[in-house]
Amino acid sequence: MSDVLLAASNLTKRFGGLAAVDDVSIDLQLGRIHAVIGPNGAGKSTLTNLLSGDLPPTRGRVMLNGADATGRNPEQLSRAGLGRSYQKTNIFLPFTVWENVRLAAQSREPHLLAWLKLANNFRSINENAERAIELAGLAQRRNAVAGTISHGEQRQLEIAMTLATAPRVLLLDEPLAGMGSAEAERMVQLLLKIKPGHAIMLVEHDMDAVFALADRLTVMVNGKVIASGTPVDIRADAGVQAAYLGETAYE
Amino acid sequence: MSIKTHLEILPGSLRIVLGAGFVALALFPFVATDFYAQMVARMMILGIFAMSVDLLLGVTGLVSLGHAAYFGIAGYALAFLSPQDGPVNLWWSLPAAVGASALAALVIGFFVVRTKGIYFIMVTMAFAQMVYYLFFDNKALGGSDGIYINFKPDAVAFDLGNKLAFYYFTLAMLLAVYVFLRRLLFSPFGRVLAGIRVNEHRMRALGYGTFGYKLAAFTLAGALAGLAGYLGAAQTGFVNPELMGFHMSAHAIMMVILGGMGNFAGAIVGAFTFEWLLHFFQDLPQIGSFNAGKHWQLWIGLFIVLVVTFASRGLLGVAARLVTRKDSAQGSAE
Amino acid sequence: MDFPTFLIQLLNSVQYGLLLFMLAAGLTLIFGIMGVVNLAHGSFYMLGAYLAWWLAGLSGSFTVAVIGGAVLSIAFGLVLERVLFRHFYDRDHLDQVLLTFGLIYIFEETRSIMWGDDVHGVTVPDVLSASIPLTDTMSYPVYRLFMSAVCIALALGLYFLISKTRLGMKIRAGAFNRDMAEALGVNIKLIHAVVFAIGVTLAMVAGMIASPVSSVYPNMGSQVLIMCFVVVVIGGIGSVRGALIAALLVGFVDTFGKVLAPNIAGMLVYMLMAAVLLFKPEGLFRQ
Repeated sequence: MSDVLLAASNLTKRFGGLAAVDDVSIDLQLGRIHAVIGPNGAGKSTLTNLLSGDLPPTRGRVMLNGADATGRNPEQLSRAGLGRSYQKTNIFLPFTVWENVRLAAQSREPHLLAWLKLANNFRSINENAERAIELAGLAQRRNAVAGTISHGEQRQLEIAMTLATAPRVLLLDEPLAGMGSAEAERMVQLLLKIKPGHAIMLVEHDMDAVFALADRLTVMVNGKVIASGTPVDIRADAGVQAAYLGETAYE
Repeated sequence: MSIKTHLEILPGSLRIVLGAGFVALALFPFVATDFYAQMVARMMILGIFAMSVDLLLGVTGLVSLGHAAYFGIAGYALAFLSPQDGPVNLWWSLPAAVGASALAALVIGFFVVRTKGIYFIMVTMAFAQMVYYLFFDNKALGGSDGIYINFKPDAVAFDLGNKLAFYYFTLAMLLAVYVFLRRLLFSPFGRVLAGIRVNEHRMRALGYGTFGYKLAAFTLAGALAGLAGYLGAAQTGFVNPELMGFHMSAHAIMMVILGGMGNFAGAIVGAFTFEWLLHFFQDLPQIGSFNAGKHWQLWIGLFIVLVVTFASRGLLGVAARLVTRKDSAQGSAE
Repeated sequence: MDFPTFLIQLLNSVQYGLLLFMLAAGLTLIFGIMGVVNLAHGSFYMLGAYLAWWLAGLSGSFTVAVIGGAVLSIAFGLVLERVLFRHFYDRDHLDQVLLTFGLIYIFEETRSIMWGDDVHGVTVPDVLSASIPLTDTMSYPVYRLFMSAVCIALALGLYFLISKTRLGMKIRAGAFNRDMAEALGVNIKLIHAVVFAIGVTLAMVAGMIASPVSSVYPNMGSQVLIMCFVVVVIGGIGSVRGALIAALLVGFVDTFGKVLAPNIAGMLVYMLMAAVLLFKPEGLFRQ
């Protein structure tokens, strides 16, 4: 039985009268990828925002590493070992790829009072950043300005930054969005590579990737969980097929 | 703040020009009259003030319309610490005055830094006006008339009353602040401030306590503004509430914009240019029955409107573009 | 304090609060709907006062001055929006701050060139110059009640316009989602021009009707600007209701503060603002 690093129970988020997320429970285990799928508007983004601290829940609880983390903000959650990548690329556009990742790595070792020492001269920060950049496959592009690299490379940078904060729990919000098949394949390999040390939640629309990666699948429709289980079980579930997989058959 | 690309690393040729500028400043008193040397000393003092604004604005992305309060507070601290009949010792009154400004910035910052965007602009302005009225309304603090400082601070080792000594002391301070801030810019702390400017949300998601960093920057900038204010009060021998008004704060922002944000050299260039322009407009002659110099605010207002409308990267940005011939979308490393 | 004094101070605080509301409403609307911060808003107040004085001098009648001034204000607002402000809706706040700061200088000097720097009084029209006796020795000027009445009338008019008319609905739609509103056929450019003109006119008319009470003097713009900002911060940007409540609150604190604690009266309003910021950094009625 793997450790459950993040356990969300009965999460609900209401906006006025509308429940964007309705009584959702989800567990993330170390060394496992738990994918969340569903049509647009199913509440996947809201769920991610609830777990990352970007939105406070209306009801429900979140336990991170065994401690209550309900309603904590993103800063606090990041320091407690949670990392999140964004669907809409959320990087530092004017900085180089290297600086983006280095800054992310620095968050673990602030060196607040070293006002006269150059940020680039801290060996352990540099090593962590280097490692994250290698993993994400961006070593060739370290000196490029983030605003000038391709969309796929920006998605890779997005992941590299999240990895550089050495999280144990990863919330990945559509990391393959907008990627061509070669880039997507590379991202899948990356995720498989980092799987052992992390508890990962993967929100994705790319069904090939989902079935290649997921150990567990949760299907959301209209804010609710309609099915949760292994990929094999979900594939066979008639309700899921009707609600969601049926649509993708036409794509 | 929009994603304006900032000129953090100065191109080599520009650095040479700036270096030449510092040398020129060092030699200036030997070729100019006392009057002009004093004017340049004032420009250097404003350069320090502008650099403190640049730390907030150009580096961290905080638009403070109330930064002059910390400039004024240190000046008033000097006034209160100076006895009527003799000078006060420079070596403890300067840190004390700077400390007073830093403390004020810390306290006000605690309330102000929690706000964002337009609220931040408005509340910094409001708190600065509060400080203004505190001094303006209270005779005990000098009131609207202000306070005179009868003797320049006593530096013991040298005489600040000597204009040459004062000039070089100010130049040394300017250089020290510039070098310190350039170093700070590329320190871990400075990199976080730059990150906050570019994308504060992501910085928080990466685990940075951005409130604390912004408050630290606000306090440090307040301390540096206090250094400038102390020197300014020592130079003129006089403090009044106008030193703290939002006009002074807005002028400082203008200087930073004019010279180019985010690298501190631009702040100095902008301070010199803006102050020179003010003198130029104020000295305009009478044209017929129209006293052009009296209405200098009109000319400076038009100038500000034109610069904002057409030239938002400032003088150094223009110069850098001419000098490097590279694409202007440069960030923080080659 | 005895009741008549209390009543006078209460009426004063309401009148001051309502006047601040007229200014703050314009500022908060312009910011809430077009996203423009306008430091020159206080200058409009000053220009309105000088305009009223000048027109009253020309026409001999305060009433004519205010009505004529209001019409001129609308025209001025429309022109200013078309020529200048329209191009700054998409610029960042820094640019807007500097632009409008430059405008403060331009307006101040233009006023100085046209009308000089002297302080002037404006006489109240005879019909409003009486005072209502409260006790043997104290009375309350009718004109101040008139000021409050005008502000209330304008406040109601604004409420009616925004909540009950189609124009108001379009304004609210444009504030919520500009592109969507445009796609639905709302003429956004016209809406922006109208909102801007309303804001300018409210500020200028406030200056006009305040002129007999506060006199007409060069710095009146900057003083009122700060108060206006404090009101908008306390009330919450974009919220007209917040501006009203905050304005009345500020009016109350300031007026009674001056009477009860004159030494710190100037700082009381800022302390109020600080207290609000501690718990609600985005104002009481954030939109």
